[in-house]
Amino acid sequence: MRCVITGGNVKVLGKAVHSLSRIGDELYLEPTENGLSLRAVNSSRSAFASFLFVPLFFQLYERGSPPRAGQHFRCKVLMKSFLSIFRSLPSLEKTVGKCLILLKPQASRLVVQLHCKYGVTKTHNLAFQECERLQAVFSTRQCANSLCAPARVLAEAVVHFPATLSEVTLSAGPGGKISLRNYVEDEKEPGRTMVTELWLAEDEFQEVAVAPGTCITFCLKEFRGLLTFAEASNLPLTIHYDAPGRPAVFTLDDPLLEVHLVLATLSDPESISQSPTANGASELPTPADDFADDLESYMIAMETSAYEGGSGAPPSPTFPLRTPGPAHSEPEEEEEEEAVPGTPPHKKFRSLFFGSVLTPGGPCLAPTQEVLAEDSDGEY
Amino acid sequence: MPLSTQPPASGERYVLTASLDNARHLSSLLRAVHFQDHATCFATANGIKVTVEDAKCLQANAFIQAEIFQEFAVQEESVMFRINLAVLLDCLTIFGSSSLPGTSTALRMCYRGYGYPLMLFLEEGGVVTVCKINTQEPEELLDFDFCSTNVVNKIILQSEGLREAFAELDMTSEVLQITMSPNKPYFRLSTFGNAGSAHLDYPRDSDLMEAFHCNQTQTNRYKISLLKPSTKALALSCKVSIRTDTRGFLSLQYMIRNEDGQICFVEYYCCPDEDVTEADL
Repeated sequence: MRCVITGGNVKVLGKAVHSLSRIGDELYLEPTENGLSLRAVNSSRSAFASFLFVPLFFQLYERGSPPRAGQHFRCKVLMKSFLSIFRSLPSLEKTVGKCLILLKPQASRLVVQLHCKYGVTKTHNLAFQECERLQAVFSTRQCANSLCAPARVLAEAVVHFPATLSEVTLSAGPGGKISLRNYVEDEKEPGRTMVTELWLAEDEFQEVAVAPGTCITFCLKEFRGLLTFAEASNLPLTIHYDAPGRPAVFTLDDPLLEVHLVLATLSDPESISQSPTANGASELPTPADDFADDLESYMIAMETSAYEGGSGAPPSPTFPLRTPGPAHSEPEEEEEEEAVPGTPPHKKFRSLFFGSVLTPGGPCLAPTQEVLAEDSDGEY
Repeated sequence: MPLSTQPPASGERYVLTASLDNARHLSSLLRAVHFQDHATCFATANGIKVTVEDAKCLQANAFIQAEIFQEFAVQEESVMFRINLAVLLDCLTIFGSSSLPGTSTALRMCYRGYGYPLMLFLEEGGVVTVCKINTQEPEELLDFDFCSTNVVNKIILQSEGLREAFAELDMTSEVLQITMSPNKPYFRLSTFGNAGSAHLDYPRDSDLMEAFHCNQTQTNRYKISLLKPSTKALALSCKVSIRTDTRGFLSLQYMIRNEDGQICFVEYYCCPDEDVTEADL
């Protein structure tokens, strides 16, 4: 893969990396024919973000030929290393004229070269790990509610919440009014907690298509990260959400750029025991009451360390590392390849926070690891 | 001048007396070499040289020439003492280190000789502070024997070009590798950290390059932890001269212009880390 970014777009890339660094410790890079995709997932797998820079974003974009047997190359690098290249956004804007990104699978190097003022060249050779595709399975079409507002409006709204606040509740009131309030856990003494609530009128939004009375609770940190990016890019932000417990999808759309942030939402125990099928997720099995976890969402993250025996990331407690053997079948790779955003989950999905897994095959109550292993083995 | 109301008692003989109407001129230069708490001061009629060393591999010298001072007198051929630099800096900034416009701390500095404390009289806004800092036995200083006739490569850069580079140095790398060459890559700074390697190349025709005199390709490694303190001098300076000699010793000379437009120099010498083997190249 080889691409060249020039001018102000270098800063846009830098900001995207800053935004992704709020999510996870690793940055997943995937050159696709639709552009360069940068992704991150947090350690509890409750937040996933993807930035797709379309080929037009670049001055030059060469995806490169598939190195072996139609399998496209993907890798992940340490977020910290990648971020350090784009650390100072003001100096990026002031000094960098051109940025060249080269992925050299043969040399096991990701090369990022910045061409700066005064002819100075900065070349970073980063070590990477080969990995499988990181993909959250979500669909904005399945979300019954959507809101669209200029990023500035939302940024000015969340600025009133303390920086330490972890979750915020968004709810739709009568007359298209939208409220944001800090989420307070029930156990805490209500008398000692300050609750901040603010209402946004319908005319603040570009589009409001929400059912009155619906509400979701999600993490603020990652949302703030996306807002910073959206505000700087002056893009409107669309929030798609369904029932509590179902993931909320935050999107930015631009001809040069597609951004998705998928956040788990806090589930409401009452609504879980009722039927969530009304929310357009009828093809998904209804979670049994056993799975009525506090926070639940449906996301699949297919990630495997297939490089150097997983020497990089520590194995996730809920997610086994799977080393693909020589019999690693290509059809499965192709299938994963097609799991583009918007495709309903067809294989497996799981609750992110507590590792509950629901297989479409039947009401299996086995622990996460086993189910995932069985599932993927079964497709060989 | 209010300080004259408190002159050193007559009859006392000082081997060193100096006065300065803005103590910040002195404190900022001393801060540029403050990476160890102890400094050796060496004064002659030309001025004061303050030397700080580390690990027998690094030496920093701040030169404060006599012209910087409004009054400067040395009664002996040379005067030498060792002092706690942290304490000296604390005293010099006793009225606060913030540079509010229009306020400056006046300084009078006296030293009676071996075994006596260094006396500082500081005045700001009519308030006078007298500080006595005990001096210590001077230790023998390193002689790097860095001779200009042995210099192989020399580059003068505008400091602006190096500031960002040093600020962004990958500190997970143990060494900073400096390549100077009459051919490409001309001047290259490299680090080898946990995340991989990074190279910073300056072309010889860059506008940052004030002078470029490289005779042969030299690649040397220096402990990044030893070079990091020089960032303090870099931050104050407007130009920096980078020289290496036949042994690979590094000399960094920083030209520092103070608020009154006077020019001072701070110099760092550093030993190379080890010979670069073929495999490393």
